[in-house]
Amino acid sequence: MNNAIRHTWVVSVALFLSLFVALSLIQVVLADDLNSRDENARQTIANAGAPRGPITVDGAPIVESVPSDHTQYDFQRVYHEPELYSGITGFFSVTGSSSGLESELNDYLSGQSDSQFFDRITALFTGRTMQGAQVELTLDGELQQLAYDLIPEDRRGTIVVTDVTTGEIRAMASKPSYDPNDLAVHSASEFEEAQQRLEEQPGLSIWTNRALNMPVAPGSTFKLVDTLAMLESGDYDLDTELDVPETLDLPNTEHGLENFADGGCHQREQAEFIWIFAQSCNTPFAEAAMELGQDEILAAAEAFGWNQSIEVPLSTTPSRFPTDELSDDVLALSSIGQQDVTATAMQLNMAAAAIANDGTMMHPQLVDTIRGSDLQILQQPSPEVLNEVMDSSTASDITEMMVETVESGTGFRAQSERFDVAAKTGTAEIGDDDGLVNSWITGFAPADDPQYAVTVVYERIELSEGSQLTGSQMLTMLEAVIEE
Amino acid sequence: MSSAETDHPKPRRNAELVLLLIALVIGIGAQVLVGLTMEDQIDQRYWIEAAVQVVLAVGFHVVLRLRAAYADPFILPIAVTLNGLGIAMIHRLDFTAAYEGVADRQLVWTAVSMAAAAALLIWLKDHRRLRQLTYISLLVSIVLLFLPIVPGLGRDIQGAQVWVSIGAMSFQPGELAKITLAIFFAGFLANNRDLILLAGRKVGPLTFPRLQDLGPLFLAWVIALGVLIVQNDLGNALMFFGLFVAVIYVATSRFSWIAIGGVFIAAGAVLAYQMVPHARNRFDIWLHAFDPEIYGQMYGSHQLVQGMFGLAHGGLTGTGLGNGNPQMVSLANSDMIIAAFGEELGFIGLGAMLLLYFILFSRYMRAAVGTRDHFGKLLAAGLAVILVLQVFVVVGGITRVIPMTGLVSPFLAAGGSALLANWLIVAIVLMISNAARRPIYAGPMLNTTGAGAAGTEDPLSSDQARTETTAEQTGVTDAAGPAADSASAGSQGGQR
Repeated sequence: MNNAIRHTWVVSVALFLSLFVALSLIQVVLADDLNSRDENARQTIANAGAPRGPITVDGAPIVESVPSDHTQYDFQRVYHEPELYSGITGFFSVTGSSSGLESELNDYLSGQSDSQFFDRITALFTGRTMQGAQVELTLDGELQQLAYDLIPEDRRGTIVVTDVTTGEIRAMASKPSYDPNDLAVHSASEFEEAQQRLEEQPGLSIWTNRALNMPVAPGSTFKLVDTLAMLESGDYDLDTELDVPETLDLPNTEHGLENFADGGCHQREQAEFIWIFAQSCNTPFAEAAMELGQDEILAAAEAFGWNQSIEVPLSTTPSRFPTDELSDDVLALSSIGQQDVTATAMQLNMAAAAIANDGTMMHPQLVDTIRGSDLQILQQPSPEVLNEVMDSSTASDITEMMVETVESGTGFRAQSERFDVAAKTGTAEIGDDDGLVNSWITGFAPADDPQYAVTVVYERIELSEGSQLTGSQMLTMLEAVIEE
Repeated sequence: MSSAETDHPKPRRNAELVLLLIALVIGIGAQVLVGLTMEDQIDQRYWIEAAVQVVLAVGFHVVLRLRAAYADPFILPIAVTLNGLGIAMIHRLDFTAAYEGVADRQLVWTAVSMAAAAALLIWLKDHRRLRQLTYISLLVSIVLLFLPIVPGLGRDIQGAQVWVSIGAMSFQPGELAKITLAIFFAGFLANNRDLILLAGRKVGPLTFPRLQDLGPLFLAWVIALGVLIVQNDLGNALMFFGLFVAVIYVATSRFSWIAIGGVFIAAGAVLAYQMVPHARNRFDIWLHAFDPEIYGQMYGSHQLVQGMFGLAHGGLTGTGLGNGNPQMVSLANSDMIIAAFGEELGFIGLGAMLLLYFILFSRYMRAAVGTRDHFGKLLAAGLAVILVLQVFVVVGGITRVIPMTGLVSPFLAAGGSALLANWLIVAIVLMISNAARRPIYAGPMLNTTGAGAAGTEDPLSSDQARTETTAEQTGVTDAAGPAADSASAGSQGGQR
């Protein structure tokens, strides 16, 4: 009987050996393969809990990773002044979803970019935790704060300020905003709860930036595009006399196109182009657009960057001008920034900045420098020309018209005592029963030596409140950013 | 067996005490590490829990000193080590969102189980008394196995109907059925061994038993299998198969039994695959764990694959207690606790724990080899096989050596029923090992060496049964000669 017991023991030894073989296969031999499988969320967790690099403004971190206890994640992502920067930083969640720069620059922030390869190797051998790169933004913290504070709570507004000669973004604030700390929680269920709560807020998107990704009808600010097309056609100059009918009959439709009821357009039946621009009369622009044709307007729009996405490095949503053939009535409406035409705040700001910069459009840039954890510079974007939109004489013509707009036209609220301001206003009807509009202004200053372009837009706002806010806030921003 | 007469075996309880202290240091140390990692402090609760564990272990040790002084000195320390590690890991998992307060329950169950095991040691005195319960054990096994499918009592948890609920308490009676079935197998085979061996038909080189000799065993096997298929508890079905074959082989030393067992196992597997969708599902998971469809489906391979990821994440040295993500595997503190250990203690830590299992199993087997009576041998071997099969089915399932079935790792996994069963097994094996190692001073008339001689006598009136109790009553330790103890034994026997 004892022999049988010993035999049983030997068989059991074999069973144990098979377990040891299987364990060593899984835990040692095939471990790397298993660790790198897509289904393996542990890597994601390791990444999610890794010390990501900070994002800084004026050298101070607005986002950083601090050591964290009590959860499986080693580090906690902390957003300072969260609402002020949420549209830019986005959020980083342990569930793997992220937005904004956290998503766009993830390779750098997490230390996985190609340029950090040697850092990773060093970290591997020294056993040090791999530190992500730090990203310094071009933003001016005070200006960003000012812009953010200007926008009233419960309004959907955006303010963008860029340097016209370099394309650097100085301020890009919008409301409604949110607190990314709510989404940087270390629990998937808490994240989902917060996400659901935030997504229920009207007008709020945690995935996008309002200034870059929210194209809406630009209204009369789109006349900058018409003006470019008109001037470049050679058929028009500032003093060209144009008819200013109160109503323009449109082909194929019973509706006529009217000038704005409270504008100054009804004062004259004929006027020179610069006056029409300053008063933002609809009918002459619509007529000119139909005369020039869709292709000319489209070409001007695309020269400014419509129908094109850029990376600042956040991706912009293309502002839209229809490329398929439009009937004349639709073209007429499109030329005054209605119908299917849309624009983001950044798009219009790029247009104003191009005019300011002698017709040369600079690539908007949000990132100043990206440094490795050893402070070595990994990336430092230099000013980059995006497009030569127009020659400098055309640019100075449009500048003159925009100055006129501020001095005696619709942009009067942006008038400064310190310098000449060039601007174009816009009001887009959004076809909603409450009579709400999108209210725009875009422009730059000083007109004789342009430094900064500013764009202010409010969506779904009452007409009078909108024009009140946009003009005065543009002025506030310009006076703040331009040194005496 | 002759060594008992010549070597003057020592009780070795002092060695056990030293090992027990090491075991407590490991278990409580792991608990303290968990506390330091997860909450940066060790509050009063830790010391209370540690004290409870010390009291339980030392208390059990004292019972052994008094009741089974010659019991194997390795078994208790290993069980305490594994039990302590289990509590530490369960406590560590309590810090995750999925579990709460399980460690406290486990500690309570540990106390209940160890107390029950100690009580069994004190009350039973000698394992041979269990032999009288051979057929009662069969009856009890049937009742225990059928309880969960009694309407109103049973509960279906995760596809296996193995639970019984009485009020808020739930219990897996099948865990205890392991013991009663092992007792039945051992008792039946010890009684009928000669008959089975002598009467049989020779077919080629193999001798097959007569059908009527097989009858009761076959009946037990069919009942166990039938109930388990109905209950969907494949892990236990596999274990009963293994137990059945191993005990018969040990009883007869005949290879033909292995062959018969192999045929039974194969037939059972085919039957299960054909008739039980649950079993088929397990096979598919095993063979195609990484198939996206199987990975994604409900009750698919997600748990298995996540467990393997956990093991891989642990690698050679592990993440350290509290630093891994074992909670990503479902049932991390019960069925999958091995994956949690593999992740946080690494291959080295888990390997060491497997070695502990292996030593524990070997000590069980040693008791089987050492004891003199056939019933004790068969029982110890059966209980050892239960241990090794539990470990193999659990760890093999997690490491994809065999299809994964629901069995719990002995002593480690959260769950009172299994813990109680395993501690009762410890008590029984300790009794058997005590019987194996204690010195015998047999009179000339007693036949202790002939086959079948021991174990046929009435255990209550046997001299051997008393030797142990009296040895402790006189408080003699290793140093004293056993001869002196037994001299006083005669007069004091029967006092308890």
